Amino acid sequence: MRHLTRLRIGPVGFRVGSDWRGPIAALDDLYRDYPQPEGGIPDFNVHLFAARPWRRVLRPSVQIGGDFVIPDAAPLPLAQGLLAAEMGMNLQMALGQRRYLLLHASAVERDGKALLMTGMSGAGKSTLAALLMARGWRLMGDEFALLDPATGLLHGFPRLISLKNEAIAVLERALPGGRFGPMLEGTPKGTIRHLVPDARAIAAMTEPAVPRLILFPNYGFAAAERAVPPSETFVRLTQASTNYVALAERGFDALTRLVRTVPAQALDYPDTATALAQVERLWEAA
Amino acid sequence: MTRFKTAAPETLRIVPLDALTLIYHRASGITHIVDSPVPEILAALAPEPLAASDLMARLSERFDLVDADPLALAARLDELVATGLVERLCAI
Repeated sequence: MRHLTRLRIGPVGFRVGSDWRGPIAALDDLYRDYPQPEGGIPDFNVHLFAARPWRRVLRPSVQIGGDFVIPDAAPLPLAQGLLAAEMGMNLQMALGQRRYLLLHASAVERDGKALLMTGMSGAGKSTLAALLMARGWRLMGDEFALLDPATGLLHGFPRLISLKNEAIAVLERALPGGRFGPMLEGTPKGTIRHLVPDARAIAAMTEPAVPRLILFPNYGFAAAERAVPPSETFVRLTQASTNYVALAERGFDALTRLVRTVPAQALDYPDTATALAQVERLWEAA
Repeated sequence: MTRFKTAAPETLRIVPLDALTLIYHRASGITHIVDSPVPEILAALAPEPLAASDLMARLSERFDLVDADPLALAARLDELVATGLVERLCAI
């Protein structure tokens, strides 16, 4: 690979190689305060490459590869090279992570305790996690939370926060001093703009937290809350995990322990201000 | 007569949660989420193999069965045999 960078997000080290300078320059800029992989050895490799030699220059399109790949993944235009790099790292985690039970969830921490939020795309887990960060919570991650089967503790994965569509303006207002990436228009998920986690999130990114509350947010409904029983939480979290089956009994143990000890609530909300008030109230009651 | 027995206890992790019970089946690596009467059937068939009629009698003794239906029980047993949680022992 012509261009190369290394970085660590939470406990996971990456080595990203690219045929183009652009995506690597974007990563080096936005991840400039992140550490290197432990001992210099990455856990995963990501390759951004041209599927055909002429695609390096002629309508350049970025194919995502690495240690783990999805066959027939559609390439992205070079203007979305940063997104390709992020997708490449997510893909390695989703397909290759074996040490932790990987939950497709955002997480924030306060007083050593973690709030876990999971739901379908568009439910607001990234937006709420970023807004809670703006209000002083420690961001642990907006996409993946890592549950350690050995300890029951939650480890963070504070990659760049991926803001989509309406959420971009909401966070630009909430964090006028925030560091944002380029506006990526016309992606498969609409407009995307990345937000760099704050200094505290990066400095404390290897500190695990004790799970205290699980929320299933759902945007676009009248404010409502409902206690979710452990069995339903278990089913929802297996659906939100890409490696539950691969972890076998370790995954079963980790997840049963989580759902038996941590309360869960479904949270419907019409707007983010209402949701933040609901979250604070549920957190205090948990 | 065909008798039934719960899979060896060391192959099962049974975790009752609320209305539902989780079962991790070590032999297959599959997680089952089951409702009543499955945990009761597995408990009844754990100590010794039983014929379907004896199982029905045993369940009726322990629980207030309002709709004791041998055909429904046979269907549940077939499902449990298919998953490997229960073994079918055929008389020679």
